[in-house]
Amino acid sequence: MTLSITLTVNGTPHHLALDDMRVTLLDLLRDRLGLTGTKKGCDRGQCGACTVLVDGRRLNACLSLAVQQDGADIVTIEGLAPEGSLHPVQEAFLEHDAFQCGYCTPGQIMSAAGLIAEGADGTDMERIREGMSGNICRCGAYRGIAEAVAEAARKARTEADA
Amino acid sequence: MKSFEYLRPETLDEALAALSDPDAASLGGGTNLLDLMKLGVAGPERIVDLARLPGLDRIETLPDGMTRVGALVRNSDLAADPGFAAAFPMVAEALLSGASAQLRNAATVGGNLMQATRCAYFQDPFAACNRRAAGSGCDALGGANRGHAVLGWSPACIAVHPSDFCVPLAALGAEAEIAGPSGTRLVPLAEFHLLPGEEPHRATALEPGEIVLALRLPAAAAGFAGNARYLKLRERTSYAFAVVSAAAALRIEDGTVAAARLALGGVAARPWRCSEAEEALAGKPATAESFAAAASIALSNAAPSGANGYKIVLAERLLARTMAAAAAGTPAEMPALPGSLMDDTGEAAHA
Ligand SMILES: Cc1cc2nc3c(=O)[nH]c(=O)nc-3n(C[C@H](O)[C@H](O)[C@H](O)COP(=O)(O)OP(=O)(O)OC[C@H]3O[C@@H](n4cnc5c(N)ncnc54)[C@H](O)[C@@H]3O)c2cc1C
Ligand code: SF4
Ligand code: FES
Ligand code: FES
Repeated sequence: MTLSITLTVNGTPHHLALDDMRVTLLDLLRDRLGLTGTKKGCDRGQCGACTVLVDGRRLNACLSLAVQQDGADIVTIEGLAPEGSLHPVQEAFLEHDAFQCGYCTPGQIMSAAGLIAEGADGTDMERIREGMSGNICRCGAYRGIAEAVAEAARKARTEADA
Repeated sequence: MKSFEYLRPETLDEALAALSDPDAASLGGGTNLLDLMKLGVAGPERIVDLARLPGLDRIETLPDGMTRVGALVRNSDLAADPGFAAAFPMVAEALLSGASAQLRNAATVGGNLMQATRCAYFQDPFAACNRRAAGSGCDALGGANRGHAVLGWSPACIAVHPSDFCVPLAALGAEAEIAGPSGTRLVPLAEFHLLPGEEPHRATALEPGEIVLALRLPAAAAGFAGNARYLKLRERTSYAFAVVSAAAALRIEDGTVAAARLALGGVAARPWRCSEAEEALAGKPATAESFAAAASIALSNAAPSGANGYKIVLAERLLARTMAAAAAGTPAEMPALPGSLMDDTGEAAHA
């Protein structure tokens, strides 16, 4: 069967004809739209490397069919900040050296952006770690990651209050 | 993955018609079905995406005081709903102790109820598994079965149901509202998942072609909101399935347990409601001794199905501890680590 779907990805609408229903959102982003910033780790929901924002909420792109997201607004790591600038979470990751090999990093950053948008991060490090537990880092850069997320969350709150 | 036809009905009638094909499967968030399709364990010819069915993304109070939660409500939205979390705090805690934030954003209420066992042999199409392929045997018997059942199992299947959410629901007497070609019916959640018996191939009370429409919680269940906890033992603090878990909700009057609602997770093919322990606890003082006695009743029929006898002791102690935590009062705020025992030690829970 063939089905046409519409996805807005990083602000750009795409009309896509799918001739195979099996394609996941992750494979569509990487292979069809060339957005390889979103990573494939486990392909089973177990690592978080494929995290993207769908209608503002973080999801594992590997466990969603592309066709399920017909009409959705998707943000990937490529579109988190305007070209040439960094999102506060990206800045904080640089500042806190929150990575080693970098493979989990796009997923970590998208997940952190989702967490901060949910407003459930609190200022409590334990809540941040729990909120980020869906993102595994094989290099074990968790300390820097948690500090980066905490700082970005703090900044987001200060800005919201200002 | 096998290829399939994809349908996205806009009405219940259309959905039920589409599901009359025996090789069709309902799709909620896809976090379990898609995984099983990739593994070659599920291979539907037709996927019926329920996402556009009207009215199933709502949490409402019915005229009789029942709370009705539509099958499409996301796990994260249900846990975050202030009214729901206040009335049924241990359900919210159980939801937040499960999976990850990303998965909870995708997972639906219906899909959580219907999720398959995580038995490694069930997930391996080359292994013998009566649940996946009727009559093929059970490689978990005598295999790697540390995580398997200690209650309600049969030699045909020793798997456990992995849901956290379903455990407090079973304790609180929730019901699943099921729709099919011949109308709708209600099934108590504690009986929704079938014990394996001779036919582990059938996992739930759902007949072919039926769907879960909603979940109902009786008004009286909210009467336990002040003393309710869900605790979950895991091999790591977060983003892991339960080894064993327990839900305990108490109504305490003048230091006496007026009524109790208890269930265990990770011990059987269904969330295990502990009715006899509930009855034994009613009228007893809310003390550690009463809790230990009730917990021991709950596990009195337990038997290992392999290298899992440790679970019997663990479940008994966890159930008693969960009752004690419930008696101490539902925390005013959701714990930073939902369902975790680490939370009340004062020690850093994460490395
Ligand atoms: C890495 C990982 C970790 C996890 N950890 C936990 C955990 O700690 N605790 C826990 O409880 N869960 C855990 N889960 C499981 C998760 O909760 C389930 O995958 C999720 O709840 C399924 O919901 P869904 O909407 O995505 O279901 P789907 O994948 O869409 O569907 C699952 C099944 O239900 C059927 N179905 C869906 N909706 C309906 C309906 N309305 N009526 C009838 N049938 C329906 C489908 O046909 C399918 O068979 C984990 C999952 C993963 C991948
Ligand atoms: S325990 Fe049940 S699910 Fe696991 S292999 Fe045996 S029959 Fe299959
Ligand atoms: S690739 Fe999606 S969670 Fe690992
Ligand atoms: S930086 Fe290497 S996996 Fe996280």
